Amino acid sequence: MLTLVTFFPVLGAVIILLLKLFKKESDLLVKQLAVGTAIVTFGLSIALLTQFNPALGGLQLENKADWIPSWGISYYLGIDGLSILMVLLTTFISMLAIASSWTAIKEQVMQYYIFMLLLEAGMLGVFLAQDLFLFYIFWEFTLIPMYFLIGIWGGKNRIYASIKFFLYTMAGSLLMLLAILYMGITNETFSLPELIAGRSAFAAVAVQNTLFLGFAIAFAIKVPVFPFHSWLPDAHTEAPTAGSIILAGVLLKMGTYGFIRFNLPLFPEAAYHYAPMIAVLAIIGIIYGAIVSFPQKDVKKLVAYSSISHLGFVMLGIFSLNEAGLQGAILQGVNHGLSTGALFFLVGIIYEQRHTRMMSDFGGLWKAMPVFAVLSLIVTLSSMGLPGLNGFVGEFTILLGSMGASSLGSHSWIYTAFATTGVILAAVYLLWMFQNVFMGPLDKEENKKLRDINGGELAIMLSFLLFIFWIGIAPAAYFGLMDSTVAKLVADLLSAAPLVLH
Amino acid sequence: MVFQVPSLYFVIISPVLIVIGWGMLLMLLEFFIPEERKGWYTWLSLVGLVLAFVQTMALWGYEGGTFTPVGGHPMVVVDNYANFLNLIFLITGGLTILLSMSYLRRFDMDKPEYYMLLLFSLSGMMLMGMANDLILVFLALELLSIPLYIMSGLAWPRPESEESAMKYFLLGAFSSGVFVFGIALTYGATGSTALPDVLAGISGSGSLGMAGVAMMLVGLGFKVAAAPFHMWTPDVYEGAPTVVTAFMSVGAKVGGFAAMLRIFLTALPQIEATWVPAVAVLAALTLLVGNIVALMQSNIKRMLAYSSIAHAGYIMIAVAASGSSPQGLSAALFYMLAYLFTNMGAFAIVIAMERKYGEGLALDDYKGLAKRHPLMALAMAYFMLSLTGVPPTGGFSGKFYVFRAAIEASSDGSSLLWLVIIGVLTSVISGYYYLRVVYLMYMTDGEAEMVELRWPLKTAVAITVLATVILGFMPGAWFDVTRDVVLNSVMALAGG
Repeated sequence: MLTLVTFFPVLGAVIILLLKLFKKESDLLVKQLAVGTAIVTFGLSIALLTQFNPALGGLQLENKADWIPSWGISYYLGIDGLSILMVLLTTFISMLAIASSWTAIKEQVMQYYIFMLLLEAGMLGVFLAQDLFLFYIFWEFTLIPMYFLIGIWGGKNRIYASIKFFLYTMAGSLLMLLAILYMGITNETFSLPELIAGRSAFAAVAVQNTLFLGFAIAFAIKVPVFPFHSWLPDAHTEAPTAGSIILAGVLLKMGTYGFIRFNLPLFPEAAYHYAPMIAVLAIIGIIYGAIVSFPQKDVKKLVAYSSISHLGFVMLGIFSLNEAGLQGAILQGVNHGLSTGALFFLVGIIYEQRHTRMMSDFGGLWKAMPVFAVLSLIVTLSSMGLPGLNGFVGEFTILLGSMGASSLGSHSWIYTAFATTGVILAAVYLLWMFQNVFMGPLDKEENKKLRDINGGELAIMLSFLLFIFWIGIAPAAYFGLMDSTVAKLVADLLSAAPLVLH
Repeated sequence: MVFQVPSLYFVIISPVLIVIGWGMLLMLLEFFIPEERKGWYTWLSLVGLVLAFVQTMALWGYEGGTFTPVGGHPMVVVDNYANFLNLIFLITGGLTILLSMSYLRRFDMDKPEYYMLLLFSLSGMMLMGMANDLILVFLALELLSIPLYIMSGLAWPRPESEESAMKYFLLGAFSSGVFVFGIALTYGATGSTALPDVLAGISGSGSLGMAGVAMMLVGLGFKVAAAPFHMWTPDVYEGAPTVVTAFMSVGAKVGGFAAMLRIFLTALPQIEATWVPAVAVLAALTLLVGNIVALMQSNIKRMLAYSSIAHAGYIMIAVAASGSSPQGLSAALFYMLAYLFTNMGAFAIVIAMERKYGEGLALDDYKGLAKRHPLMALAMAYFMLSLTGVPPTGGFSGKFYVFRAAIEASSDGSSLLWLVIIGVLTSVISGYYYLRVVYLMYMTDGEAEMVELRWPLKTAVAITVLATVILGFMPGAWFDVTRDVVLNSVMALAGG
């Protein structure tokens, strides 16, 4: 089942490629096939959800086969409460991103959709792989399609942005590869559950701390944690709309997911050791991202910097190392994917018509496109963390977690206090943007001719909104999916904690 | 005086004999094959390689009689190490011939001697891995090199080709001199040139023996293009006919490593504490020089020349690791296998793009290739990613294995971790220049045109892509093959 979900997008890509070989391709057919594949993949992930038993704390629905037996490497997929939401997020966002490219992509249509589908498969693999070697392959593989997506269909500075994205991420991952290799050699296996069980082989303080950093740097670059964020504004601004949606919606979550999946259970003592430091970086990220967002003139860049701020919350939640913090972090990852994905989509709609994203070129759009404006308002409020919408639930839970986090020492409330200022700053820059774009007089001639949102776009937006409201009003079901897995993870962490905290 | 019959089992050297004999046969046939039937040489030499390939396979795991002169040690050994390398050489030769077919015709170099020289050089390469005596290593080295000097100059009277041949010859002769001087010193120190005798005598031989070892390392360092002995590489690679460049970038390099590993692991394992640091430092230097200078190249042949220097560095990480872990040897073998296919594949595309001799080789000539030849561009992109070491490619599997071996070798004292970190960081640097090719092909508009798309070239591309994919997705079986090769090699017993 997991294998089917992961590789179904590849199947779609192969069919599109075969069409090309038999010279039967047309842009329309390619688009239909790609969207169809993405919808079916989402359907498969829903089917996966029905088979998933949230009461079990551990991995389930595993697929396992020998791959390189003499090295202890296996093809090993599994799912648990940490990954189920990520898998659903991936299939959901990919579906909407692929659908949203319908009119935006006019050149090299076939390659575009092949890369999108390959990217989806790679991301699913990252969230499902339970063997470190397999994980690493999926992790690195996602770079390739994203590199092409930014580099071929991106904005005018796309070459610089794509190569920076690729090399920056690769530098981090190769250090992770060394850490993976080290553990693979000491324990003669690359399977994550076996490594966790046998982690005493690399639990010595110096070794553990080094390995922790090897993983942490790779993930911190992906998240991105301040000061590793400099690739993100470039990549986001230059990527095509769908690329930005996926980048913000899913790729960044690979970093936070990596921390939860690998750093915490493999190196719990080191996690406690580094928690205050990472929390400080997270808070710097929250405040820095917010402050830098404010003066941005380009709407897309503003949203990009706001991601740094939002992801800071997620990191703070993770390194609270308690249930509330972790649950909030996972849910906030989903929330950020929905809100920011939707924001990028909205920016894409006006960019397609006006070929500019400068706030100064807009103003008073509410009068020209009222439906669009209302939708934007809701998404903006969700990104701000307005109670009743999804963002609030996640941020609130994270702040709650950090408040009582023993990992952050006895004065953990200081972290919470600083992080809370991020919520206020978010309101400032997001409302400022909204005001500049939608309020005021409609004084630009070109803006009067803007068409309002069309049927297809409305359908995509409504899908986003469904979840934005659902999570905001009734988050219990979402927490329910991860409850037992997180509880188990926290219990494991706590059993290592006494060695460190006292 | 009793006359003793030496136990010379010629079956041991039969693959080499086939290749040499076939070259001579072609020489004789030149009298009978008419001028307008020149294409026959191509096919005939391919047949010879296939025969040698089959014979090598038949010798897999050979445990029969030896090739030993009276009262001495075997001159030549055939273990699976030698067999494995021979297969690498034969595949390299076969791919080169596929690429040569219309390349030579296009540039009016379609001379029968090309194929004969190729076969002679191949036989030298094969002997490099089999030789068990320093004198024989030297002879093999010359047999490998001299035909290559001529082949580099095959495009005369074009000055760049002449320059290439001259430069290669002068520096090659110089490095051979250094190498043979190293042999002389080693002989002086240990009283023998047979590797097993050197093994017995080297540890007590003092500075004389050490100087000999150092000079042999330098001599072989020239052949594999390790920094700081790499100066000849870019000019020679750029000026030589591209098919010859492809052949030597794989064949000569692997040949050098074949002898290096054989000598170090058969004769010098006891003094590994001496040569491992030296090899490690050379590896680090090679990685840095190769990868950093490659960034500044605008000609693809020069870029691939520096890239081949860089890859020598990765193999040398494995050589350094082989001093204390059998994984090192097997990682080196696997890396060379992956490098063979990736590099030959990349050169196949370069050959297809060369519109006149020495033209169409600028990186800018690759602009917009993806729109005109999507499949060929895809293949090139895949080779570039493989050379960078991004999964899932053969190049990634190779680096993975090399790094693993080096980390494993670090566990007992002599740490190579710093070298691994240099290897990792330079891989990131290499991403920049390899991806530039991808970026030019896919993300810029241009008039890139392929001049050569006949089936032999397409076959070569298909084989190399397929092999790189297999080594990328299913490396396990091949990891096991190289591991078993090491178990069956004479050196592993000594190197332990």
